[in-house]
Amino acid sequence: MAFNGHQPDDDTTDEDETPSKQPRSNKEMPGGIRNEPNNEAAAPAGRATSERRTSNSTTRHRIDSFRKTRPPFPWFGMDIGGTLVKLVYFEPKDITAEEEQEEVENLKSIRRYLTSNTAYGKTGIRDVHLELQDLTLCGRSGNLHFIRFPTHDLPAFLQMGRNKHFSSLHTTLCATGGGAYKFESDFRTMADLQLHKLDELDCLIRGVLYIDSVVSSVSSECYYFENPTDPDHCVQRPYTLENPYPLLLVNIGSGVSILAVYSENNYKRVTGTSLGGGTFLGLCCLLTGCSTFEEALEMASQGESTRVDKLVRDIYGGDYERFGLPGWAVASSFGNMMSKEKRDSVSKEDLARATLVTITNNIGSITRMCALNENIERVVFVGNFLRVNTLSMKLLAYAMDYWSKGQLKALFMRHEGYFGAVGALLELLHPS
Amino acid sequence: MAEFSRVDSSSSSHTMDKSITLPPDEIFRNLENAKRFAIDIGGSLTKLAYYSTVQHKVAKVRSFDHSAKEAPSDKLYEISVQEEVTARLHFIKFENAYIETCLDFIKDHLVNTETKVIKATGGGAHKFKELIERKLGLKVDKEDEMTCLIKGCNFVLRNIPHEAFVYAKHADSEFRFQTTHPDIFPYLLVNIGSGVSIVKVESEDKFERIGGSSIGGGTFWGLGALLTKTKRFDELLQLASKGQHTSVDMLVKDIYGGSYGSLGLTGDLIASSFGKSATADKEFSKEDMAKSLLHMISNDIGQLACLYAKLHNLSRVYFGGFFIRGHPVTMHTITYSINFFTKGEVQALFLRHEGYLGAIGAFLKGAEEDNPNQYSWGENYAGSSGLMSVSPDMYPMQRARSGTFDMLEMDRLERQLVNLPLLQDASSYIPDTVDLTEDAQAREYWLYCFEEALDGVVKRAVASQPDMPEAAERAEKFRQKYRHKLQTLRHQPFAYGSLTVRSLLDTREHCLNEFNFPDPYSKIKQRENDIALKYYQKAVKSMEKLSWEERQFALVRGVLAGNVFDWGAKAVSDVLESDPEFGFEEAKHQLEERPWLVDSYDQWLERLKGPPHKCALFFVDNSGVDIILGVMPFVRELLSRGTEVVLASNSGPALNDVTNGELQILTERIAAMDPVIQDGLKEDRLTLVQSGSSSPCLDLSRLDKVLAMVVRERQTDLVIIEGMGRAIHTNYYAMLSCESLKMAVIKNSWLADRLGGKLFSVVFKYEVPADKADEDSALLTPS
Repeated sequence: MAFNGHQPDDDTTDEDETPSKQPRSNKEMPGGIRNEPNNEAAAPAGRATSERRTSNSTTRHRIDSFRKTRPPFPWFGMDIGGTLVKLVYFEPKDITAEEEQEEVENLKSIRRYLTSNTAYGKTGIRDVHLELQDLTLCGRSGNLHFIRFPTHDLPAFLQMGRNKHFSSLHTTLCATGGGAYKFESDFRTMADLQLHKLDELDCLIRGVLYIDSVVSSVSSECYYFENPTDPDHCVQRPYTLENPYPLLLVNIGSGVSILAVYSENNYKRVTGTSLGGGTFLGLCCLLTGCSTFEEALEMASQGESTRVDKLVRDIYGGDYERFGLPGWAVASSFGNMMSKEKRDSVSKEDLARATLVTITNNIGSITRMCALNENIERVVFVGNFLRVNTLSMKLLAYAMDYWSKGQLKALFMRHEGYFGAVGALLELLHPS
Repeated sequence: MAEFSRVDSSSSSHTMDKSITLPPDEIFRNLENAKRFAIDIGGSLTKLAYYSTVQHKVAKVRSFDHSAKEAPSDKLYEISVQEEVTARLHFIKFENAYIETCLDFIKDHLVNTETKVIKATGGGAHKFKELIERKLGLKVDKEDEMTCLIKGCNFVLRNIPHEAFVYAKHADSEFRFQTTHPDIFPYLLVNIGSGVSIVKVESEDKFERIGGSSIGGGTFWGLGALLTKTKRFDELLQLASKGQHTSVDMLVKDIYGGSYGSLGLTGDLIASSFGKSATADKEFSKEDMAKSLLHMISNDIGQLACLYAKLHNLSRVYFGGFFIRGHPVTMHTITYSINFFTKGEVQALFLRHEGYLGAIGAFLKGAEEDNPNQYSWGENYAGSSGLMSVSPDMYPMQRARSGTFDMLEMDRLERQLVNLPLLQDASSYIPDTVDLTEDAQAREYWLYCFEEALDGVVKRAVASQPDMPEAAERAEKFRQKYRHKLQTLRHQPFAYGSLTVRSLLDTREHCLNEFNFPDPYSKIKQRENDIALKYYQKAVKSMEKLSWEERQFALVRGVLAGNVFDWGAKAVSDVLESDPEFGFEEAKHQLEERPWLVDSYDQWLERLKGPPHKCALFFVDNSGVDIILGVMPFVRELLSRGTEVVLASNSGPALNDVTNGELQILTERIAAMDPVIQDGLKEDRLTLVQSGSSSPCLDLSRLDKVLAMVVRERQTDLVIIEGMGRAIHTNYYAMLSCESLKMAVIKNSWLADRLGGKLFSVVFKYEVPADKADEDSALLTPS
């Protein structure tokens, strides 16, 4: 059964997953240590910069404990959402020759397939720009890859897993998101895979905090927009998420969840809204005939929402001063579409833009109310709705700043939609 | 019971009142006396408001000069019908399409107005400004929309009991009306027009727009039109009511396969609105998309409203605007959303006259010099259309308002009405004992009862005006109007708020007044008073012969026997009509023997052995035997004990109830015969006040301000309420902060049956509030 160079040494691996002929882990003599003495010594040097902060002795101690609990490769974390499946894959780069030899063919082929391609099938995509290199995880150094594909293509994914005999690797597949529950039996029947199901909000928070901690000092994971209310001077700036609590975490996927986070393990879901990324895309498809998020965003970037929306100035001729409403504020989203003439005169691009603005502003105003009710001043927006969607991010930054008179700060994270999957991976490596 | 109501509601949907198209002369009533105008032009409906005076006949009584020996007849007093001018507010709602026709009509009929301006509000006001100025020759003076809205809202909340309601789609009665709290502030008004405004109202003049949303009615309409190619708002709602949102929305179970248990999110919750339509290769039905859109918008508004309510710590949230306006579909989705987001802590409240708020507010802005807020106003049931909507899920198009005119009329009440200061908890006081909106069986009975009695009322009305040849014609019009009201109420019991025996009686009085039958019972009352007075001294003498304890019981029996004389009760009026000699003694024989159905006489007697009350407030009932031979001897005894007495009688006529005017004359006549009464009046220990009401029932939260003042000044410690209308149909469960005595004879066999008694069963309910009872026992305990 030694198909993996790293002997599974963890207590957590389920027995049905590792019908191992070998004796179960021996605490006094962990098998892993014997196999890679060099690696251990080398490890601290090749560690991701972020871990340099920790003293050598602590690191050593941690690595020892890693060794004991380290699961077999491959290391995946999966988040199966309503629209997208997010997959993070850790590619070990510190594989020794010996390991290489021992590495079973199936594992090798999976590694090569994932790392040598950036697109999988028709819809799977690896977000290369998000790849985290030289990351040390559980004492192993390597690259973290970020892959996504539509949830409706999950059957194809499972088929591939079956074709590549993924189940023979007897790995634990940690999965979160609703799909972990919905498709659990499909994983079992179609790919002979047993899922380890995890709560999506737990994973989300864990993922956010982890990625921020390993990335921030390198190239800034977290950022904000400076001068959000001045379009000419609105620029993206890095933000250090030190002392992040309390924090409002707004996850915009198909729907939206808003969490108040007080510490890594102390959070509550304040509320959510069904008007999210799925609504934007769903309405855009109906209104414009487009079929992908990218298409919808592209159209939106070319449209003009003020032709679709009724603005305060359309009703009052200018500002509604009695209530401090500026003339440019939207009074009624899609309000102009009550008139047939105007319906006939708008373009698909205008409609896409109005949809984007409507959904984004609405998320902004619900978030702002939650922040007030929870008395929190920092808001982190994550989720795949924000992927390549600077329009929405700037709108959110603007809305937070303007309506709170500068009290609220909108923060964003580069790895937008992958935190749940990262959290799932972390659960595999450090079961909580 | 549930079965009954189901049968009832399903049958009603077929015969449902589809429209209230009225001939124009009934729409713009009293236009010739219109003084002041306001107009609220919305996206599709125009609301016109005007203030007018109504001249109608009132019955006045005047005492003959008895010092002059040559009285023209042996009658006690004379009845004259006089013209009286009262103020009335008219509100009419019609489709914008009719605006020109309506303006023409107004122009042609406007006679006496000195008005130079018309107050205008609403989004459409500027569009029609020129037209209005040209047609009416009035200058259009624009008022801020939100200010008008809030002003109007305050006005209806203050003046119309049962203005606000919660909506429950699947309940026995869809509309559950709320009792108006005396203190209406603070509240949140969520106005859903094309966008949403969320306004916090803290007092009459202090309000603030604390937030809003651009996702509102305009989004539903605009986006709905794009998605479904359906142009009209009503049609979109109709589509929505037939659709299945689950084919378009991504539900929690679509993502999870079931519920998201750890968060308590059930599988049927919407995770992503329109989440399933993110595909190019699937067609969705118009109905399903409209439904999904409706849910999306309603949930969003509900969520924001809850967040604002929470932030500002407000629990009363009213919803209005064209998105809501009487549409059960949207009221249902908003209610659902509020329940979901607040877990039932906040109720979504809706308003019966929501559509009129802007017009009312604009009018009030223009009438500030007359200070309409210093008066109390009452909804005139005869002239108001009532709440229209019913079962829209089944027949939404029948509600199409095309060509229909909706009306609201409010009468300025002569007196300012306030709470009785002796109510234990004014905010939870509900006058009516049975809510017929919720009790289908009782509703059936009473509607039938009132319809049965209609012939008699018409006959009586005609007979009351023998020298007016057109009385018969008017009476016939009255019959039609009231019958129509009853039919409307059969199908829409919620039309005027909670349906109660009181509202049915009041509606009848309003209709009678409308056709100039101010007091059909005036002559009967006069005759009965005459006869009864002749027996007064004899009755008092017979009491004096009795021992103290015998007398106390005889006095109570006297009040009860007197109360059998009641033209309002069919069982009695039949006997009275066929046998006018039906006497006081006979009435006593009819009375149930003790123990009565409700009997706390022993406690009352014990109490009488104690110290006298400081002051008793007595709400009296009928004329004739009741007041003269029943109540007056009882009052006399109270006075003799050293208790001051305040006699509260109706301000205006209702059935054969004694009015304040009549009671004044009667008391004078009795005083002339009885030194105890005489001294009482002279020494101001016996006072007559008017109740402020013209109803056979009694609403203790709407009483004449003067009465409230007298009650307070005299430190009233006993309230006596007499008669079926005041002590059983209303106030049976009223909790007072002082001792109270409710006395009535049940003269209706159905009601007797319901209460577990029989015809002429007696209710004698003496109550002492809990804290007072402790005090008394403490006093009685020797220290």
